[in-house]
Order: sequence, then structure tokens, then C-alpha cells
Amino acid sequence: MGKKISFYEKWCKGCGICAAFCPKKCITMDENTNKPVWNEDECIQCGFCELRCPDFAIVVKKKGEK
Amino acid sequence: MIEQSVVHKYLRKNKKFPHIWCPGCGHGVIMGSLLRAIDKMGVDRNNVAVISGIGCSSRTPTYLDFNTLHTTHGRALAFATGVKLARPDMLVIVVMGDGDAVGIGGNHFIHAARRNMDLKVVVYNNNIYGMTGGQASPTTPSGKKATTARYGNIERSFDICDLARSTGANYVARATSYHVKQLENYIYKSFNKKGFTVVEAVTHCPTTYGRLNSLKEPVAGMEFQKNNFIMKNLWDKLSDEEKQVKFPMGEFVDVDKEGFVTKYLNLIESVRQGD
Repeated sequence: MGKKISFYEKWCKGCGICAAFCPKKCITMDENTNKPVWNEDECIQCGFCELRCPDFAIVVKKKGEK
Repeated sequence: MIEQSVVHKYLRKNKKFPHIWCPGCGHGVIMGSLLRAIDKMGVDRNNVAVISGIGCSSRTPTYLDFNTLHTTHGRALAFATGVKLARPDMLVIVVMGDGDAVGIGGNHFIHAARRNMDLKVVVYNNNIYGMTGGQASPTTPSGKKATTARYGNIERSFDICDLARSTGANYVARATSYHVKQLENYIYKSFNKKGFTVVEAVTHCPTTYGRLNSLKEPVAGMEFQKNNFIMKNLWDKLSDEEKQVKFPMGEFVDVDKEGFVTKYLNLIESVRQGD
């Protein structure tokens, strides 16, 4: 679990929507597991991966929240 | 366990997850928008009923922790009418697919709109009967393929928003699974209206519709929505050829005609006082 993102791996089906529509392009799909990996230094916590995740597997913390 | 967001509060997450929808199916995105809209309403979950028919979209109530009903194919609006009249204070949401709403349940749809019954309808439109194997539905666009139309569909297709407008709905809007924020706002706005409201949520079906129409990847389906759905006021200015390939979204109808339930309660009151 990162500082900015909580990811629930069991629910993820690896569709790649989060990676394709990330405005900062900071999500890549892992080649072996086919699950997303975040580059948290680049992430601006816009929350679009959470909104567009069809499997409810992503929770993005709001800015300023610890 | 996952850190809870707004959406997770309302899921039956210990029993039913991960859900049965295909990887990348837009239905999950729409369900998320629906849940955020319900959360914004701030109503008690015991005063919300979610009712559905049969189909991929109609799996939605199975996953939600409200009062839920999973009914027969196309008849969700008939059941919902009963619920609404028994409990007029309840927020009654009807979740239907395109085939469920305007194919099999077409008659219920137009008559619920004609009565202006106070139901909040969300139609998940994926242009195909997805669960049963990809048969052409009434909303499959002309020329597109389905398993019952291998050489392209020769029928004309229904425009759900036009149908709802012409049969007298109070609020009609369309958004897509790519435009999540607009979708959430339209659903929220429809909850605050009296009378019959329809929000058409266009979604992609990577498994059946997508595979036959070269939109096999979920991302390709969403890219299509991103590039081809434009706001209604911009769409109106396009030339006739461009109107064939682009689709309008936004709010089509926003009026305040008296709903059925208001009239019904007034009638009960006036008859009681007459005695």
C-alpha cells in the first residue's frame, strides 16, 4: 500500500483502463501479473483511476489526507 | 481489507465480490457513478429501493446493500410502479439494460413515461444482448454486427433518449462510461426531479459487441466514447454527414410536469375529505 493509493489486488481483473486514461501517465501494467503499478512521485491524486475502475479495486486518498 | 471509499459503503463486499462482469466492462463504472449519486442525496439506505430486470446490467442490485429486487425480463418498471405506490416516500431506482428497457420491456417503458410515474430510470446501453450471447438488440446501430446479424444489422435502431422525450419523461439525459463525472451529475439531478426520469448511460461491451465490431479491448471501447460523444449544443452545429458518426450527449429534457404520485396522493386526500 502506497501513500497515495490503496489497491485491492483480488478485485482487479487487469483491464488496463486505469493506465490508459491516467492524465499523468503514471500507471503502468505489470507484464507478469497484468496488474497496475503506480509511480507515486508523478501521481497528482486526481482520482480518475478510482472513478473509472470497473472493479472498485482502487481508492485514491484525497490531497492533504494522510 | 481495502480502505473504504464512498462506493464501498454500499457494496455487499463480503459476499459477492469480485463481480461477474467481464474484465473492463463499463457496467461497473456506471454502478460507481450511481452509488456516488445516491451518497450525495444523503438518504438512509432503508429508504432506497433498486429494482432491475434480467441481463448483465440487472446484476447491479445483487451487489448493492439497499432494498433490492431482481425481477423478470423487461418487467422491472411494472414491479417498481408497485413499490413506489406502496411506499411513495421511497427513492425508487430502476436499473435496466437496453434490451430490457426498450426491447422486451418496451411497452412498460413507454407507459411508465406516459403516466409520468415517479421512477428514476438508469438505462445501461451497451448496444447488444450481452449476457445471452450477443444477439442484436433494438439499439444495435445499423450496419454493426451481432451474432444474429453476422453481415451487419439492417434494422434501424432506437434512440432511447428520443423515445423517452416523445413519450413524456420529465428529465432525459445521456452520458457514457468514459464521462463518469457528467454521468454522476445527471443521475444526481434526476433523483431530485419529480416524475419519470431517464438517464441513458452508454457503455462498451468488450466481450460480445466489441469482439464483432473491432472494439475488442476495453480501452478501445472507452476511446471510442471519448472521441465520438460530444455535448448536445456542439453536436447541433455539425453538418449532416458528421452527425452520422458523432453522437450527442447531455441533457435533452428538463421540465417539471406533475408526477403520478403527486396526483395520486392528492386524489386520496380529496376523496377522504369528501366523505
